[in-house]
Amino acid sequence: MDLVQMQKSLQDYTKSLFLEGILDGQFLQLQQLQDESNPDFVSQVVTLFFQDSDRILNDLSLSLDQQVVDFKKVDPHVHQLKGSSSSIGAQRVKNACVVFRNFCEQQNVEACHRCLQQVKQEYYLVKNRLETLFKLEQQIVASGGMIPAVELGF
Amino acid sequence: MEVCNCIEPQWPADELLMKYQYISDFFIAIAYFSIPLELIYFVKKSAVFPYRWVLVQFGAFIVLCGATHLINLWTFTTHSRTVALVMTTAKVLTAVVSCATALMLVHIIPDLLSVKTRELFLKNKAAELDREMGLIRTQEETGRHVRMLTHEIRSTLDRHTILKTTLVELGRTLALEECALWMPTRTGLELQLSYTLRHQHPVEYTVPIQLPVINQVFGTSRAVKISPNSPVARLRPVSGKYMLGEVVAVRVPLLHLSNFQINDWPELSTKRYALMVLMLPSDSARQWHVHELELVEVVADQVAVALSHAAILEESMRARDLLMEQNVALDLARREAETAIRARNDFLAVMNHEMRTPMHAIIALSSLLQETELTPEQRLMVETILKSSNLLATLMNDVLDLSRLEDGSLQLELGTFNLHTLFREVLNLIKPIAVVKKLPITLNLAPDLPEFVVGDEKRLMQIILNIVGNAVKFSKQGSISVTALVTKSDTRAADFFVVPTGSHFYLRVKVKDSGAGINPQDIPKIFTKFAQTQSLATRSSGGSGLGLAISKRFVNLMEGNIWIESDGLGKGCTAIFDVKLGISERSNESKQSGIPKVPAIPRHSNFTGLKVLVMDENGVSRLVTKGLLVHLGCEVTMVSSNEECLRVVSHEHKVVFMDVCMPGVENYQIALRIHEKFTKQRHQRPLLVALSGNTDKSTKEKCMSFGLDGVLLKPVSLDNMRDVLSDLLEPRVLYEGM
Repeated sequence: MDLVQMQKSLQDYTKSLFLEGILDGQFLQLQQLQDESNPDFVSQVVTLFFQDSDRILNDLSLSLDQQVVDFKKVDPHVHQLKGSSSSIGAQRVKNACVVFRNFCEQQNVEACHRCLQQVKQEYYLVKNRLETLFKLEQQIVASGGMIPAVELGF
Repeated sequence: MEVCNCIEPQWPADELLMKYQYISDFFIAIAYFSIPLELIYFVKKSAVFPYRWVLVQFGAFIVLCGATHLINLWTFTTHSRTVALVMTTAKVLTAVVSCATALMLVHIIPDLLSVKTRELFLKNKAAELDREMGLIRTQEETGRHVRMLTHEIRSTLDRHTILKTTLVELGRTLALEECALWMPTRTGLELQLSYTLRHQHPVEYTVPIQLPVINQVFGTSRAVKISPNSPVARLRPVSGKYMLGEVVAVRVPLLHLSNFQINDWPELSTKRYALMVLMLPSDSARQWHVHELELVEVVADQVAVALSHAAILEESMRARDLLMEQNVALDLARREAETAIRARNDFLAVMNHEMRTPMHAIIALSSLLQETELTPEQRLMVETILKSSNLLATLMNDVLDLSRLEDGSLQLELGTFNLHTLFREVLNLIKPIAVVKKLPITLNLAPDLPEFVVGDEKRLMQIILNIVGNAVKFSKQGSISVTALVTKSDTRAADFFVVPTGSHFYLRVKVKDSGAGINPQDIPKIFTKFAQTQSLATRSSGGSGLGLAISKRFVNLMEGNIWIESDGLGKGCTAIFDVKLGISERSNESKQSGIPKVPAIPRHSNFTGLKVLVMDENGVSRLVTKGLLVHLGCEVTMVSSNEECLRVVSHEHKVVFMDVCMPGVENYQIALRIHEKFTKQRHQRPLLVALSGNTDKSTKEKCMSFGLDGVLLKPVSLDNMRDVLSDLLEPRVLYEGM
């Protein structure tokens, strides 16, 4: 595939992520922060996000599987996840976390389980997509091109 | 041998005579012997007898006398010498004793006599004391009667009861036949019989007040005996055979409330008296005693006092009733007024919305219509429609404003604005009309007039516009001048002292026109609603008459004063107002456009080398924030906990960003601790900015209370970060971060 095409498909792909609501404007901000002095900023942040979130999701599963669920422990985790996802711009994950938190406050175990599933779903989705995105970017860089700045027409 | 001196009787002893002598002597002797016995017996019986010695003497005297007579019994017949001797001895002794007794009696008898005198004296004294005691008792009784009477009289505050009770009690105490009270009539020329004790009296029975007997009674405060035949006493059906009892009359002063208001005791300065007439029972030969008269006088005084109390009470009750009535009426009026106000407010609220909506529609559509293709007539029509509807809209706004102003529900919207620009704008708005009327307008701004001030820009413009508009409206020729200056403390109005406080000053605006002028008498009416003082000719200039009223209220809201000076009709007038405005700090800064919300032009290089500290527990957001700041050129140190933050923070860090997402106040505490840490080196304390999930009012308040300098909403955008940093690092701190 030649460079221009790759760049075009990267752009389209990124656009689609935004259009589907998986990512929001915050991700753009992150991309803006990436410059010569900070070339791997975005991937650094995203990697950290993946690591953090994996850990949190594990902890959440464990906590919710207990006989007696300690919501005081569950809530901070969800809060963390919400903060991280919103910093990165993972919109759907963040929204799922918000719902999760509400049910946490209501101490509704059933609903919390469902929410956890939802969050996990969203998270894996965004993880998947972002990994694909980075692969595309790496390909471009490997071919010697520049990653085009995303222009959003909406 | 002693010659017996007994003479032998010449004639044969008269046996009878001898016998009688014998018997008499015997009895004498017995008597003489028994008297001392009796004396002794009775004296022993009596307790006191001071003259025992005399008694003994006397007893001896008597005994010896008796003995002599006894011995005499033997001397009737021939007797021996012994008898004669005894006789002689007895006689001698008797003589001695009797002489001694006689001598003693000389002393004794005067004493005895004086005892008698003393006894007499004591008896007199006792009688006297008895009399006096009788007197005292009567007096005491009188006193008791008086007390009882007084008690009865004073136990009620009702006038009729007082008087009736007086008469009844007096009648009872003194056992009177009749008791009457004459009160002066309204005219004061007659006395009317008001109360009697027993007899029914015809109503309206009056006597003229100028009778000599009445004058006599009124002339003194004592009870006066009057003739039973005088008109005031002639109450009973006259039946000739009765001997009328004595009559006494006394005056009763009728004290008025006003008498008690003088400091000195009302020395009967009143001229109104009532007359009390008391009649003893006829045919009783009773007389008026002194103590009874005194009783009557005292009672009369008490009655006077009781009456005055009753009068005072009556008056105060009346006043109280009146007040209560007024109260009720006022309450009702207030409720009505409140209802009216509520009704009006409701009406206005409804009308406001209901009227504005169609109004807007009309104006908007008319304006749109103007934009389209129209024939000249159509255009004219549309313009007229637009003008009229604008006028109507203004009128509605004015009315609404005024009602809100009067309620006090209007509040000024304070903001910073440019005063000079405001004046120029007003002038620009008025200029077209002024030019048409050929009235040159000049604007003079004092050199010390601040440029940037804090106040309600819109309303101030409204005021100035209104005043200048009025000046233009009512001037046919001449010129208009508008002067604005900072006023000093000596202003014209006496009840309004201007004290330029710290960051405030008083702006004075004078608008002078050379128009029709105003009659000085009309000046106060100018500021009342809907009243216009101009003649009919100028009424055509339009206006609802509300403008000045509204302006006045706005000026008052701005703690100012507005007034008009005029030299008279045809000489023009000057409208002057003072308002209080705040001085904006920005006036000292560079003269850029005064609205603070415009962000300073962001420059990347502003923040190079700026050392900042980021505290966030969440690794991802920490990294993102760091990225932002690094992009802006800052040197970022990251910490992930409160304790670490406290440890690491130093005077080198200019800004500290702290994540406060978690509920509760632990994160905010860190701000306080940083404050503490840097108290000694106050000016080097780093600025504290909170990164929060929301920037609602409570969060902002919390931040302010903990001494934070700013709040940012997460996720932070680059522009926000830039704005916050630029604003923070300017001399004036901003409390906005959205």
